[in-house]
Amino acid sequence: MAEVTPKRLEDIAEEVVRFPGGGVALVRSDVLFHWAQKSSLWPLTFGLACCAIEMMATFANRFDLDRFGMIMRPTPRQADVMIIAGTVTIKMAPRIRKLYDQMPHPKWVIAMGSCAISGDHYRNIYSVVPGVDHVIPVDIYVPGCPPTPEALTEGVLALHKKIMEGSHARS
Amino acid sequence: MPAPEVVSALEVRFSAAPYPLGVAVSPSALKEVLRTLKEQYGYRHYVLASATDRGETLEVLHGVRHPGNGDVIFVKVEVSAEDPRVPSVVDLYSGADWYEREVYDLFGVIFEGHPNLKRILLPEEYDRGHPLRKSFKAGTPYEPGFRFEEQVP
Repeated sequence: MAEVTPKRLEDIAEEVVRFPGGGVALVRSDVLFHWAQKSSLWPLTFGLACCAIEMMATFANRFDLDRFGMIMRPTPRQADVMIIAGTVTIKMAPRIRKLYDQMPHPKWVIAMGSCAISGDHYRNIYSVVPGVDHVIPVDIYVPGCPPTPEALTEGVLALHKKIMEGSHARS
Repeated sequence: MPAPEVVSALEVRFSAAPYPLGVAVSPSALKEVLRTLKEQYGYRHYVLASATDRGETLEVLHGVRHPGNGDVIFVKVEVSAEDPRVPSVVDLYSGADWYEREVYDLFGVIFEGHPNLKRILLPEEYDRGHPLRKSFKAGTPYEPGFRFEEQVP
């Protein structure tokens, strides 16, 4: 069994009981699993509108969400989190629901930007869903038009906190 | 500017009304006018179809272009808003296919003889009508057209 490096476990250091002189540590399983889940959140590669540009910037090297273990996955079967980046249209809504249903549990959703949250200024337009939470349950709302990469990163960190508390929105 | 000699020839031959972008004709003469433009005058590039809601009536536009000199002529027809039926020009210009579907989708104009007249931009199950008509009510609350707890395996 590899020795546990304290730096990697710093988020749950208070929960870990290390045996002096041995390669053994004790930790509650739910804490360990939540820590593992939040440390490798794989988002679905999925952008709907201009917010996706900001999301790409957040994943690219200047801001780099890979620091938090986030790597874009091209299939919902391998994804843990769905970032709704952009305006949700009535035509897109069933597809979003289908992709969400294809993701394995546990799964989380970040609604990125005013359009995904409420429809914003497209709210009363004939083709737009007034908020993606009409279609799928949402965990974290990141406001902005579009949100800056810092704001999306803040949303990811808020999601980390939520995962450590062991909760997620359910449909 | 549409070529004046073509416009005046069409006015004489089809008793078309003058119109700044081309000619305004009756729906029954539409296809003959477009066939003349295509085969006799060389306007064989289809540019666009569009429509305008004037309240009582709907104006449907077809734009055709001469690929040699770049001249564009618009042919306008006016139909009643209650029963907007216009002959389809897809058999003359196959490029008109998706444009006519778009005008049908957003304005509800029925293009008679169109091979595949169904919605193109909005979802096919869209049930609120044709949204660019003046009579369209905006701000209808959204109802998902599918069950929320439905699980795809």
